[in-house]
Amino acid sequence: MTIGTTQYVLVGALLAAIGCVGVLTRRNVLVILMSIELILNAVNINLVAFSRQWGQVHGQIFGLFIMADAAAEVAVGLALLIALFRNKATVHADEMDLLKW
Amino acid sequence: MSEFFGPNEWFVSRPLAELGIFALGILLLDYWFRRWRPGLTPLLALLGIGFAAIPTRQIQLAVRQAPLQAFDGALRVDNFAVYFWFLFLAAAGVAVLTSYRFLEIEEEPQGEYYALLLFSVIGMFVLAAADELIVAFLGLEVMSLALYVLVGYLRRDRRSNEAALKYLLLGAFSSAILAYGMSLLYGLSGSTRFEEVAAALARQSTAQPLVFLGVAALTVGLLFKLAAAPFHQWAPDAYQGAPTALVGFMSVGVKAAAFALLLRLFQTALPAQRPGWAPMLAGVALATMTLGNFGALLQNNTKRLLAYSSIAHAGYMLLGFVAGNQTGRYGVLVYLLVYTFMELGAFTVLVSLRRRGIVGDRVDDLNGLMHKAPGSAIMMLLFLLSLAGVPPLAGFYGKYFIFLALIQTQHFALAVAAVLYVALSLYYYVRLVAAMFTGTATESAPLSYSAGLRLALGALVALTVLVGVFPEPMLRMAHNALIGW
Amino acid sequence: MLAPVFFFCLFAGTAVLGALLVITLRNTMHCALALIVTLLAVAGLFVAAGAEFLAGAQVMLYVGGIMVLFLFVIMLVNLEREQQVPQTAPQWVLGLLAVLTLGGLLGVMLLRGTGRWPAAVTAIPAAVTGPGGNSERFSMELFQHNLLAFELVGLLLLIAMIGAVVLAKARGTRIEE
Repeated sequence: MTIGTTQYVLVGALLAAIGCVGVLTRRNVLVILMSIELILNAVNINLVAFSRQWGQVHGQIFGLFIMADAAAEVAVGLALLIALFRNKATVHADEMDLLKW
Repeated sequence: MSEFFGPNEWFVSRPLAELGIFALGILLLDYWFRRWRPGLTPLLALLGIGFAAIPTRQIQLAVRQAPLQAFDGALRVDNFAVYFWFLFLAAAGVAVLTSYRFLEIEEEPQGEYYALLLFSVIGMFVLAAADELIVAFLGLEVMSLALYVLVGYLRRDRRSNEAALKYLLLGAFSSAILAYGMSLLYGLSGSTRFEEVAAALARQSTAQPLVFLGVAALTVGLLFKLAAAPFHQWAPDAYQGAPTALVGFMSVGVKAAAFALLLRLFQTALPAQRPGWAPMLAGVALATMTLGNFGALLQNNTKRLLAYSSIAHAGYMLLGFVAGNQTGRYGVLVYLLVYTFMELGAFTVLVSLRRRGIVGDRVDDLNGLMHKAPGSAIMMLLFLLSLAGVPPLAGFYGKYFIFLALIQTQHFALAVAAVLYVALSLYYYVRLVAAMFTGTATESAPLSYSAGLRLALGALVALTVLVGVFPEPMLRMAHNALIGW
Repeated sequence: MLAPVFFFCLFAGTAVLGALLVITLRNTMHCALALIVTLLAVAGLFVAAGAEFLAGAQVMLYVGGIMVLFLFVIMLVNLEREQQVPQTAPQWVLGLLAVLTLGGLLGVMLLRGTGRWPAAVTAIPAAVTGPGGNSERFSMELFQHNLLAFELVGLLLLIAMIGAVVLAKARGTRIEE
C-alpha cells in the first residue's frame, strides 16, 4: 500500500464531514467555531495533497491564506461573543432568542 | 516598477489603493480630531469614494476595447467589472450619507464604521474583477468580514450582537464549504486561474462526481451570500439586527458582488457546467421566490419584511442566470442597478424613522407618515412601487428583461410563476403603503433628517423616477458592460 | 517503505479521532484541547506531504495563535451553568442524518473519482521541496505571483484587528477623553 492523493483527500473528506456535523448539531458557539476550523483544515489537507500531486507550491500558498482567513474569522467571532456575553451571559446559539434562529 | 508590479498592476490597483488609503486616513484623523470635528470622517469617506471613482472612470475608458489583466492573471478588469465597481461606489456613497446622523443617535463611534465600510468595498471590487480562485476567495472574505463587524457595530444592543454572531457563524461555515469546493477544483485542474480551470474541466466528463462536488460546494457558498433558499435564514436576522443605515448597502452590495462572481465563474471557469446546473438553480430560484414572498407576508417588522422581499428579489435575479442567454445576463445587470436605487431608497426612509428613543422598525411606526411627513411618505410610496415592479418606475425594467429572457429560452412555467409572485408581492408592499396613508400616528416626534440623508433621498428618488421614464442611458450602460462577453 | 504508510495512518487516525472528540465532548475546554491534537496531527500530515513551511505555520498560527485565543475566551466566558444544559441542538438527529447522507455521497464520489489522478505519488516532487527547501520555493511563489492575494490577506487581518477592538471594547467606555 502506498499513500497517494486519494488517501489524503479521503482524510480531508472525513474531517470536513465531522466538521459539518459539529456545526449542525452543537449549540455552543465556541464549539461551532471549532467545527468550522475542522472544515478549513480539511480544505488545507486537500490543498497540500493536490500541491504534491501537481508538483507546485501554489496549493500550499492557498492553504496559508485559508489559515490567515481562519484566524481573522475567529478573532472577530470571539470578539462578538464577548460583546454578546457582556449583554447576556450565554454562549449558546439557541438561547439567542431575540431573533429567531 | 518590478517584473511583478508593472504599469498594469499600478493602473488597476489605484481605486483599491485610494479606498484603502482613505480608510486608514479616516482611522488616524478620527483619532486625532474626533473632539473638534466629529463630522470629519463621513466627509473623508465621501472624498475617498469620489477619489476612487476617478481612476475607476479612467480604467473604464481604458478597458472599453480590451480587458486589462493584472497581478499574474489574478484580476481581469473589463467592462463588466467596472460596471459593478461604479455600482458599489454609489451604494457606499449613499450608505455614508445616511449613516452620520444614525450613528449619532445610536451614540456609537463614527470613524471605524466608515473605515470598515470602505474596506468592504475593496473586497467587493476584488470579487467583481477576480479571475482566479484564491483572489476571489480573499475578496469574498474581506467583504464579509468587514460586514460581520458592521452588523454587530451597535455593540450595546443585544439584537445587533446576536445578528452579527449568527451571520458570522453561518457565513464562516459557508465560506469553509466554498473553500472546500475551490480546493477540489484546484485538485482537478492544477491551477486556480478561471481559464485554466475551464480548460482542465473541459477535458473531463461533466458527470464526473468530483467535478460535480466541487461545483456544488462553490455554488452553495455563493448562494449563501446571495441569501438564496435554502440558505436564506441569516438574512432577516442580520438585516433586523444590523444598523438600519447599513442594511441597504449590505443588501445591495453583497448581492451584486456575489452575482458578479457567479456570472463570471459560470462564464469563464465552468462554462461546460452551466447547462447541467441551470435546472438545479431554477429550483433554487423558485424556492427563493416562494420563501421570500410568503415570508414577507407574515412580518410585522419593516426591516424583516424588506429582508424577505430582498430574498424574493434575489430569486428573480437568479432566474436571469437560469435563462442563461445574453438577455438573461443583461437582465441581471439591469435588475441589480435599479435594485440599488430602490432598495437603498426604502431603507433610507427607514433610517429617518430612527429617532432618539424610537427604534422605528415596526410596520406600525409607518402609521400616519402621510400626515407627519408627506414628502417622505410619497418617496417611500415610489420606492415600494418600484420594488413591486410597477411601470413606469425603474424597478419595472429589471423584471421586464428577466421575463423576456425566460420567454426567449422557453422557460414559460418559470415566467408564469415569477409573474404570479410579483402579483403576490404587491400585497405586502401595499400593506406598508396603507399603513403610511391611512393609519394614525402613534407618536409625533419629527423624523430625523440630516443634510446627507436629504441629499441621498433626493438623488435616489430622482433616479428611480427618471430611470423609469428615460431608461435608455441606464440600458446602454448595462449593454456596454456586457461587451466582450 | 512501510514508514510513510505508518506515519500517514498515525497522523490521519489521530486527526480524525481528535475531530470526533471535538464534536462529542461536553466540556468546551476539552473540545479545544482535542482540536489542538487534531491540528498538530494535521501538521504532521503536511510534513508527510512535503509542505514543511505550512506545517510550521499550522503549529505557530493555529495552535499558538488561534487556539490560545480560544482558550482565553473559554476561560473568560465559560460558566459552570453552561455545562449543565444539553450540549446538542434539538435538530441534531436531522443534522446528523443530512451529514451522513452527504458524507456517504462524498465517499462514493471520491472512490469513484480516483481515476482523476494517479493512485500514488510516492516521492515528493522536487518542485515542492525545490532547491533551498520548501520554504524558499514557497516564499518565491508567494511574493512573486501572489502579490494581490498577499495584500488582501493583510487587509483581512487589519479588518479583524479593528473589528475585535471595536466589538470587544468594554461597555460604556466611549473614547471621549
